[in-house]
Amino acid sequence: MSLKIENLTANIGDRQILKGLNLEIPKGQVHAIMGKNGSGKSTLAKVMAGHPDYEVTGGSVTLDGLDLFSMGEPDERSRAGLFVAFQYPMEIPGVTIANFIRAALQARLPEGEELDAVEYYEELYKKMDALKIDRKFTSRAVNEGFSGGEKKRCEILQMAMLNPVYAVLDETDSGLDIDALKIVSDGVNAMRSPERGFLVITHYQRLLDYIVPDVVHVMVDGRIVMSGDKTLAHKLEAEGYDWVEKETLATA
Amino acid sequence: MSTLMEKPAAARSAWPAWFQAEQRAALAEYEALPAPARKDESWRFANIKALDLSAFAEATPVASETRLIQASAGLAETSAKLVLGNNALLLREAPALPKGVIFETLEAAASNHADLFKKYFMAQPVELGSRKFAALHKARTSGGAFLYIPANTSVTLPIEIFQWVEGANASVFPHTLIICGENSSATVVDYFKSADRLPALACGVNDLHLARGARLTYIAVQDWSHETTAFHLNSTIVERDATCTALIANFGGGFVRGENLSRLVGEGARSEMFSINPVEGTREIDQRTLQDHVAPHATSDLLYLNALDGKSRTIFAGLIKVEPGAKGTDAYQKVKNLILSDDADPNSMPGLEILNDEVRCSHGATNGPVSAEELFYMAARGIPKDKARRLVVNGFFNSLLARLENAPLRTHLESLVAARLSIA
Ligand SMILES: Nc1ncnc2c1ncn2[C@@H]1O[C@H](COP(=O)(O)OP(=O)(O)OP(=O)(O)O)[C@@H](O)[C@H]1O
Ligand SMILES: [Mg+2]
Repeated sequence: MSLKIENLTANIGDRQILKGLNLEIPKGQVHAIMGKNGSGKSTLAKVMAGHPDYEVTGGSVTLDGLDLFSMGEPDERSRAGLFVAFQYPMEIPGVTIANFIRAALQARLPEGEELDAVEYYEELYKKMDALKIDRKFTSRAVNEGFSGGEKKRCEILQMAMLNPVYAVLDETDSGLDIDALKIVSDGVNAMRSPERGFLVITHYQRLLDYIVPDVVHVMVDGRIVMSGDKTLAHKLEAEGYDWVEKETLATA
Repeated sequence: MSTLMEKPAAARSAWPAWFQAEQRAALAEYEALPAPARKDESWRFANIKALDLSAFAEATPVASETRLIQASAGLAETSAKLVLGNNALLLREAPALPKGVIFETLEAAASNHADLFKKYFMAQPVELGSRKFAALHKARTSGGAFLYIPANTSVTLPIEIFQWVEGANASVFPHTLIICGENSSATVVDYFKSADRLPALACGVNDLHLARGARLTYIAVQDWSHETTAFHLNSTIVERDATCTALIANFGGGFVRGENLSRLVGEGARSEMFSINPVEGTREIDQRTLQDHVAPHATSDLLYLNALDGKSRTIFAGLIKVEPGAKGTDAYQKVKNLILSDDADPNSMPGLEILNDEVRCSHGATNGPVSAEELFYMAARGIPKDKARRLVVNGFFNSLLARLENAPLRTHLESLVAARLSIA
């Protein structure tokens, strides 16, 4: 059982961004991707989520054997158990967080079944408290006027409420202060389980002190070029990416 | 069944003789006036074919009185309620009305309070195109709601009025006349509802009058069947330092013509004119407005929101008129069309006529689709596209409801909008 990405290629317009990407995250594990700006990390996240701007030109992504790209609309992928916390979460004016998450949960129920409102709010408040998100946020429009850190916390709240099987967190640590980083990491760690896999995209080794990964991958120009254990993150933090590019060029 | 042109059965009319004479004159006027034509400026873009009223007939007394009374439920807490069905009184309740407030049928008020009636009933000239239909209304109106709030009286809890139509091709002529005395305040919710999903004609008039310092929040929840042809002609007069907040929610109607005039006749007067219009299928909502600034230093603020799906149409023609003496006017007019379908047809004609230099005015119309990024984000959380669109529309309307100060009222209207959009 795994999230498996095989030979994935994707374009934006005429430009190829993902150039044959391979990655497998067995259920129960946390993998991290690090890589330079523009190497295609967010593209990978959005392609998996089904963003309409990207064209998948080849390869596959499977969730426990289920082919992601043969599902119709992006909402089916979400309901199948994929969650992507976005680097830049969108604002939805006029739709409150409470109604937004409620609609997302309602969409997971069989036709004709109603979400229990009381239970829902209990659960929502519990998770908000754990993430130290003020309960007043329930009636605020999704991400509208939120600070960078508030948006990221709200992404994690959504993840906690939706209980995905595989979660991709795209730079969730960017914009978080030290305290928030701990709170969010605790939130993620609390969800680590043999039944769930994580892909954590980050620029900072520090996050990986809190959310300790099983495997660290390095992405260069639309491909995973190197994988290792958490010490790889330390080396990248200390030495940057030049050596990776040299080594991979040498072996190419 | 009798046609609209025939006199209603004598036994049904409780109007005083002098008003019955006026009604006969109004009927003659209705017959004499020409039908609106496509070339008339005030009917530009309108579907003139929808104005053929020959299929409609005089309504008979309602058959499902008990059911309609039961279905006349709105806010949890109200100070009074009036229920009318097919132009006749079904129920009047007034558990918490302050002393001196008069709340009864318009028909009763014509006899009991003839002076007030004569002074305020349809006292404004019809300027926005529907003279003919105003004449028809006057000729045929019965039942109706009359509310008078004496000076310095606050009606704290809202007053609700339910006006029903029942039966195929039935015609109703709802009238709401509200007179707010000096420094009085009230909130009124006026529901227009169909007992069934059948074609009907509704030809209604509202007269709102706010004396000096009065405050009125008036909400019209127009929820006729989608097979209904409806005219709603509203006039609001705002005197010195008075504030009127009026919101018209057009949930129903197949063809709806709304004419909303607000005249600011006293310094410091304020009129807020709001409207929310979810339209789909082949429905058409045609609204013409006039913000008439007669007095100086008055404010009018118009905001109309249309969400158009299917092959629906909206027409908005608005005019801000600043009369020569109205210096220091603040006047705003904005219509926003949220476009949900390529076949939808929004028509916006905002307008200004300014005869005084010292004014602040803005007007504008925008058309925009639902943002693809918003839809993607919702999809990424598992929300199907159709539901996501409805949530966006709901949010669009809620942004306007947020401007209502009364929290229980706002929550109630939010739930009506959510129900209208089938959002659990
Ligand atoms: N909508 C778009 N239009 C044009 N180019 C795009 C678009 N989205 C991404 N790109 C380009 O694709 C490349 C990869 O972008 P992506 O956002 O995936 O990088 P990233 O690895 O997430 O970078 P960062 O670390 O800065 O977040 C970049 O060169 C970017 O400019
Ligand atoms: Mg990125």
